[in-house]
Amino acid sequence: MADLVSVRLRVNGVEREGRCEPRKLLVDFLREDLGLTGTHVGCEHGICGACTILLDGQAARSCIMLAVQADGAELMTVEGLAKDGKLHPLQEAFREHHGLQCGFCTPGMLMTALDLLRTNPAPSDAEIREGISAVLCRCTGYQGILNAVRAAARAPGGDR
Amino acid sequence: MKPPKFDYHAPTTVDEALALLGRYGGDAKLLAGGQSLMPLLNFRLSRPAALVDLNRIPSLAWVREADGQVRFGAMTRQRTIEFSPVVKARVPLLAEATRWVAHLPIRTRGTIGGSIAHADPSAEYPAVLTALEGEVVARGPRGERVIGAKDLFKTYLTTSLEPDEILVEVHLPATPAGAGSALEEFARRQGDFAIVAIACVVARQGERCTLARLATAGTGPVPLRLRAAEEILERDGLGAEALDAAARRAAELVSPDADIHASADYRRHLTGVLTRRALTRALGVARG
Amino acid sequence: MTAPSGGAGQRWIGRSVRRVEDARLLTGRGTYIDDHPPVGNLFHAAIVRSPHAHARILGYDLEAARALPGVVGVITGADVARHSKPFSVGVTAPVHYYCAATDKARFVGEPVAVVVARSRYVAEDAAELVQVRYEPLPAVVDPERALEPDAPVLHETVGTNLANNRRLVYGDPDRAFRDAEVVLKERFRFPKYGSTPIETYGVIARWDALDGVCTVWSNFMGPFIMHPLTARVLGLPENRLRFIVPPDIGGSFGIKSLIYPYIALVALASKLTGVAVKWIEDRREHLLASSTGTDRVAYRELAARKDGTVLGMRFKWLDNVGGYIRSPEPGCSFRPTGNFVGPYRFQHLEVDASTVMTNKCLTGPNRGYACGHLYFETEGMMDRLAATLGLDPVEVRRRNLIPAGAFPYRTPTGGLYDSGDYPAALDKAVQLARYDELRREQARARAAGRYFGVGVALAVDPSVSNMGYVATALDPQFRAKPEYLPKSGAVDSATVKVDPLGRVLAILATTPQGQGHQTIVAQIVADELGSVPEDVTVVDEMDTFTRVWSISSGTYSSRFGSVGTSAVALAARKLKAKLVAYAAHLMDLPPDSLEFRDGAVRPKRGKGPSYSVKDLAGRAHWNTESLPAGMEPGLQATAVFGFDVARAVDAEDRVNSSNTYGFIAEIMAVEVDPETAAIRILRYVTVHDAGTIINPMIAEGQIYGGALHGLGGALYEELQYDEDGQCLTATFMDYLVPTACEAPTIEIAHVVSPSPLTPLGSKGLGESSSMTVPAVVANAVSDALAPLGIRITELPITPSKLHAMIQKARKT
Repeated sequence: MADLVSVRLRVNGVEREGRCEPRKLLVDFLREDLGLTGTHVGCEHGICGACTILLDGQAARSCIMLAVQADGAELMTVEGLAKDGKLHPLQEAFREHHGLQCGFCTPGMLMTALDLLRTNPAPSDAEIREGISAVLCRCTGYQGILNAVRAAARAPGGDR
Repeated sequence: MKPPKFDYHAPTTVDEALALLGRYGGDAKLLAGGQSLMPLLNFRLSRPAALVDLNRIPSLAWVREADGQVRFGAMTRQRTIEFSPVVKARVPLLAEATRWVAHLPIRTRGTIGGSIAHADPSAEYPAVLTALEGEVVARGPRGERVIGAKDLFKTYLTTSLEPDEILVEVHLPATPAGAGSALEEFARRQGDFAIVAIACVVARQGERCTLARLATAGTGPVPLRLRAAEEILERDGLGAEALDAAARRAAELVSPDADIHASADYRRHLTGVLTRRALTRALGVARG
Repeated sequence: MTAPSGGAGQRWIGRSVRRVEDARLLTGRGTYIDDHPPVGNLFHAAIVRSPHAHARILGYDLEAARALPGVVGVITGADVARHSKPFSVGVTAPVHYYCAATDKARFVGEPVAVVVARSRYVAEDAAELVQVRYEPLPAVVDPERALEPDAPVLHETVGTNLANNRRLVYGDPDRAFRDAEVVLKERFRFPKYGSTPIETYGVIARWDALDGVCTVWSNFMGPFIMHPLTARVLGLPENRLRFIVPPDIGGSFGIKSLIYPYIALVALASKLTGVAVKWIEDRREHLLASSTGTDRVAYRELAARKDGTVLGMRFKWLDNVGGYIRSPEPGCSFRPTGNFVGPYRFQHLEVDASTVMTNKCLTGPNRGYACGHLYFETEGMMDRLAATLGLDPVEVRRRNLIPAGAFPYRTPTGGLYDSGDYPAALDKAVQLARYDELRREQARARAAGRYFGVGVALAVDPSVSNMGYVATALDPQFRAKPEYLPKSGAVDSATVKVDPLGRVLAILATTPQGQGHQTIVAQIVADELGSVPEDVTVVDEMDTFTRVWSISSGTYSSRFGSVGTSAVALAARKLKAKLVAYAAHLMDLPPDSLEFRDGAVRPKRGKGPSYSVKDLAGRAHWNTESLPAGMEPGLQATAVFGFDVARAVDAEDRVNSSNTYGFIAEIMAVEVDPETAAIRILRYVTVHDAGTIINPMIAEGQIYGGALHGLGGALYEELQYDEDGQCLTATFMDYLVPTACEAPTIEIAHVVSPSPLTPLGSKGLGESSSMTVPAVVANAVSDALAPLGIRITELPITPSKLHAMIQKARKT
């Protein structure tokens, strides 16, 4: 098709490229064109937060952004958190404190929490709640997530 | 829920963007932060022929002080405003309001110009612009014009911007030294649009009120300046009775609509309650 | 909460073992239905849905849609009527429920056509081009209005909107009300809400015409009774319809049991277009047309003596099931039949249960199925009784509780409560909440003009539905006919096998949606076989062609903690017995002189040679000659566990509707802001008795999650419709799912009354506080506003509504 645009970006430190329609949502591009299915689609109108990624280091919703808008950007998705076969301290804390059940909101929750800890490395409980209120979870009642983020804030490297 | 087809343009200058708007003759939409427009596209409630994406115009993203104002390029992100020392020091009301705008990942993309031009009457920024008597700069084929807050908002999601104009700057008067400000909001959940919010600035000399500004979100088709309530304070001072009277007057001044989240009566009631709370809190930080 | 070090000989049951599921889910390597195409060359479906709540379908214009490049086919309700049958419904009313609207659309969002195209984007473009000609008809959304003589009728074949009515009488309620010293009446309204899992429905279907086999991948959670029902609808023999469930499901809470009409619709789309078809529901579709619990109007009456003893109750229910009564409805009324009386001793009860059809979306199980409704009403009545008699709400409940020594306890409605100590659990909640101190704080707050309230709610928490309860909907005379097939049962299966190197594999027929089955099963098997959980691999990907399953299979009605764990334990024990028999043969000793201990078969007394599992596995697999005569080769055992107590409903409408019954006692303190009417939860204590707890961390996760679902229904969530049947809450902007800021801090404690019916003593816990929180919130808010004479009888309690009540009360 003639009206395709090319999109080049770095995802989790790797140069990636694809061609898509301008209307293609960034989350669909990540999942379908780049095979990064760790980022999930939950509402497609920017409320549930399951699709949250880091865009140039800052948490953003990938369901209300066009893939073409990310051309030239640096992205991080849930697949980029663990390094050298080791979980990120934040992931470790989620496992330790039962911060997930079905796991569907978890990628968005992790990326949101990471952004929170980078902007506020020692958040109060109220600040953690406010930060993770950007992502809806229907399994955990948020208690395990709150405990996990609090623990990660205290762990070395939790905000790296 | 996938967006319909559209032409996509990402100009790098405002002039290019204006030319594109002209070319589509009103059928193009400006894409700023996209945090309201993209959901509308995904729901296919908006179907423009083209999107003119402003995100690649570097000259639209800046914050600076000038002539007693803090001025913003329209594409300045809400997140930038949230963490801006200048905003915190010179327009604390805007800093506070920003924390009420949705959630941090939304503020990463959302812009001051986009929020104001979208003109959702339940949003915080239009209320702040109204309370502070701010103004916006629009640029179009006929050049630039400055539009004051009171002339900007026409009705729900509608401003006096022409289809071929772009909102390029937002100007907010710096809060006078010693004045206090507060934004009180009631929403069903964290991060939701306001059921009612009150933006407030007060300055005092002892019990005398030298400046009072009150504006609403969520009480009707446009953000409302509560001038008659301000006058009570300017006339009667800042004693408890005057504050109560101003709050009562505030509730009388609004004629909100009902929706599934709140009745008109409840919104009117909240207008009074939140006005009283906002005044109390603003006075708590005011000096003089 | 870390996995303890060490190995064989330790007990793993009872520990907060870290979940084996987490590593993949935390790193983006989960496999959900939308993630990895199980077949190549998939095409994508978009569903055209009715914009009208009630309209006759006059015809279709499909040319423009079919002409769009990339479209491979469009199927309509007319195709559905031609190529499939309606689904069986759980009542005798002649409701024709197809997987898409055929003659009329009966709710906004009902499927009317399906477009199949190269991509979802193109499918949605084409869906907009499908023209359906409608004749709009008057709509009705309120269940009481729907029963008025001049109300629009949805189903002409039925002739009324009443899908079903049963009047059930237990004991002598009329006498109880005659003998009563106090009679109380109240009307309640329970809202329509659903648990909206963050992962929506997804179906992939491939219909192979040459083989005559249809394979469906979907995030369906069961019950697998829906498999034979769907096969019948599609005209396929059951062994030609294959359901496969992906390894991960993104939450369900009962909601995904209602995906089956979409399985049929997408399968038909595949059949008629000749390509493999994938459909992922979007959020708007989910809110318009997936499933919710019923909205209910309830009229309650309570008869009591002045000392607070409840003598009897009357329930009159109007459950609104939406446009069609869809199986397993009317479970909305009858799922709790055995526990209608809750934790109380009274013997006399009348239940008048009507199921009403209106122009709203359809209903089905939602976490706490029917129990949130039941206890909201009953616990509201108990508080009214306390207030009327000037008794403390805890005291009035104590006077009516089934005593600790009464178990197993047969309820007047046929339930068999297997174990419990309700007074002890209530006492524990009272102590944990420091109830007396809360009451003193309330007195101080009231003196200062503040609205501070304390609420109490109790519930019997049923787990593992007995399929037989569904027949309670049918008239006993109908059930007495010779051609009627009685229904009962609640079974689950598991296979445990040991590979040639001694490692263990456990295979389940469950469909977990976040409950951590792999972890729990690894703990159980590790204990039974003297191993460690890390050495046990658990497979839970349901496949109707390869798993041992039955029509009650699936992961719903809090089944796993009770029936699923039992099947696993029994399979492991069966395998252990085989290992002992084999070792006895090798040692030439009588089997009863040996035992299985610390991962090896050893003599019961004294020292002697032992055979480890690894040793036995190697010999048994590599050298079948070493097996004793008559022993089946291989080291595997399959167990199918069923409950003897799951019996069909009797002629007097008594039925043990579940199989194990836990208990919940909750206390909540709230304060209502007199200016904004906002409700703040100050304390929330919940005490659970679910028998043996296998993994406390996972159990508490279920309680936290269940409580927040209950809180959603109590304060935030409601699917709202206008009078014309237009849905007003079709986005997550308007349908309010609680965020972390709205979630209360919860104090949890347990009482353990092991079930005598399960090998591990465990019961289900999955629905937990979802069924008590609506009641405890309503009671706490009512208590806070008691000085104004306000009682909460309708949910959700929004600040706007509560403000209006406060204003009205202050004026009068």
